[in-house]
Amino acid sequence: MVQRTLPNPGSMADEPKEPKPPQVPTGDKPASSAAPVSEAPGKPAGASAPPAPPKAATPAQPKPPVVLQTPLDNELVQRFRSKFGAVLVEAIEDRKQAILTVDRPRLVEIALHLRDEEKFDMLADLTAVDWPKREKRFDVVLDLYSFSKNERLRVKVQAADAEEVPSVVSVWAAADWQEREVFDMFGIIFSGHPNLTRILLPEEWQGYPLRKDYDILQQDTAWVRENLGIESGQ
Amino acid sequence: MGADELVINMGPQHPSTHGVLRVKLKLDGERVIGSECIIGYLHRGVEKIAENRTYQQFAPYVDRMDYVAAVSSGLGYCEAVEKLLVVEAPPRARVIRTILTELQRIASHLLWLGTHALDIGALTPLFYCFREREEILKIFEKYCGARLTTHAFRIGGLQYEAYDTFETEVERFCQDFESRIVEYEDLLTQNRIWIGRTKGVGILSAADAIAFGVTGPVLRASGVKWDIRKAAPYAAYDQYKFEIPVGTTGDTYDRYLVRMEEMRQSRLICLQAIENIPAGPIMAKVGKVLKPPPGEVYHAIEAPKGEIGYYIVSDGTVMPYRVHIRPPSFINLQAFDRMVRGHLVADVVAIIGTIDIVLGEVDR
Repeated sequence: MVQRTLPNPGSMADEPKEPKPPQVPTGDKPASSAAPVSEAPGKPAGASAPPAPPKAATPAQPKPPVVLQTPLDNELVQRFRSKFGAVLVEAIEDRKQAILTVDRPRLVEIALHLRDEEKFDMLADLTAVDWPKREKRFDVVLDLYSFSKNERLRVKVQAADAEEVPSVVSVWAAADWQEREVFDMFGIIFSGHPNLTRILLPEEWQGYPLRKDYDILQQDTAWVRENLGIESGQ
Repeated sequence: MGADELVINMGPQHPSTHGVLRVKLKLDGERVIGSECIIGYLHRGVEKIAENRTYQQFAPYVDRMDYVAAVSSGLGYCEAVEKLLVVEAPPRARVIRTILTELQRIASHLLWLGTHALDIGALTPLFYCFREREEILKIFEKYCGARLTTHAFRIGGLQYEAYDTFETEVERFCQDFESRIVEYEDLLTQNRIWIGRTKGVGILSAADAIAFGVTGPVLRASGVKWDIRKAAPYAAYDQYKFEIPVGTTGDTYDRYLVRMEEMRQSRLICLQAIENIPAGPIMAKVGKVLKPPPGEVYHAIEAPKGEIGYYIVSDGTVMPYRVHIRPPSFINLQAFDRMVRGHLVADVVAIIGTIDIVLGEVDR
């Protein structure tokens, strides 16, 4: 269908396609964004005419120019850093949601730390995102929840095409089917998974549909022909 | 495999599997010693479709996952995109959303109760439950023209204003419904066959439930007092008083009691909400073309079956870069094997029913 330009490597905040520049870098100071908005009403109407009309601008662009991604440095991150050091690649907050990007090989150790020391006892969600232009194309994304702290935390690891990601089934049993689904849809191998087989698609299916290079109309035609007796499932 | 062991298939075409779920059971005599769920028969690639539609175009698709609780799925999606856009629905929209979502919770639980009782052998509750569910679907139909896949909400608020007699009809339903729950309970709660078929069946401990990521009534019946409506209130839930029912043993009977009480609480929320629906606009100012700033968001709400979460990544264009749906049915079904081991074949039906799955959501 429509050809899409893909964001470049690194944090997703890099290079917004066209819209407002202020929210670009992850590490911008929040103060700069608040300033123009608070100034506008105070100034006489005539003076603020050229840059201001935020009123006129708002309907077209609903979001105010706020910084959505900020670096995160709370106690959890400090504890994490003191224990794991450089394993923590990046800690940011996106729309007030904490995101840690960590080193892939030590994922199980990190998961155990987060479960036992930081009390993130539930793995709410596990999925992946494909960034084919990036050197390490996959993000494996874990959403954790802590019942005692009522907090959520997102943990990401990056993996290149053939790189295996350590399975966290031994830490959270909930990862079992979710890792199988990621394997099914992206072809990411989870090392140490007890039964890494396809879960939603047929076992013999060729291809990984949620990869970006798998077209929306693409299918395993040989499988469809053989098993369904039709030329196309579309 | 021992001489007495037998592997049988249940489903995918079996009335008690509530859709196309296939369960491979390993039996020793009539006792289950292992099981495997085979799913995917209803897989439609919803997440792939999302990457090729605009944010608004994708909204109706989420109704087709949990098609017996479409309003809840829709609410989760709309709120997730609103978070991504950094906009909030106006107060009036939030209250109307709350009312419809709670009615949907009642409707979903009624469907669960009727079919679950039917699976176990009680025919009558089905007719009673569908009678009340019909009233709710009529309200939906009057509100937005659809009964099941409603697409009731829009990103930024609501498309439709509540119709003239909306409040009175919701109130009438809620007033009637109080005595109707008593009718269901008269049929089941003290019924010796019902107790015999559900008590001690499919026990799930709190620790197991958390490890498997189980949420919703199944988690609460295991004794964990956790509900996203309280833990991270969305829509207008912070304005209303309601209780979170919890169970003690985590068996099928507890899950039944928890869902019955949840229907009562939903009814109370509706009654509080219709008393004071704030005036004002029903749509926030969002443009016709939605281009959320680059970034990502995970937003979860308490659907009738548990936590439904949307993880959406935006690259600043009109179409989402990635949408991942965390369906409660899929995650809860993982605990099935733990619950079913050691039970008789007849209990398998009760345990599938008690998890309350919808295969449209399991397979997506």
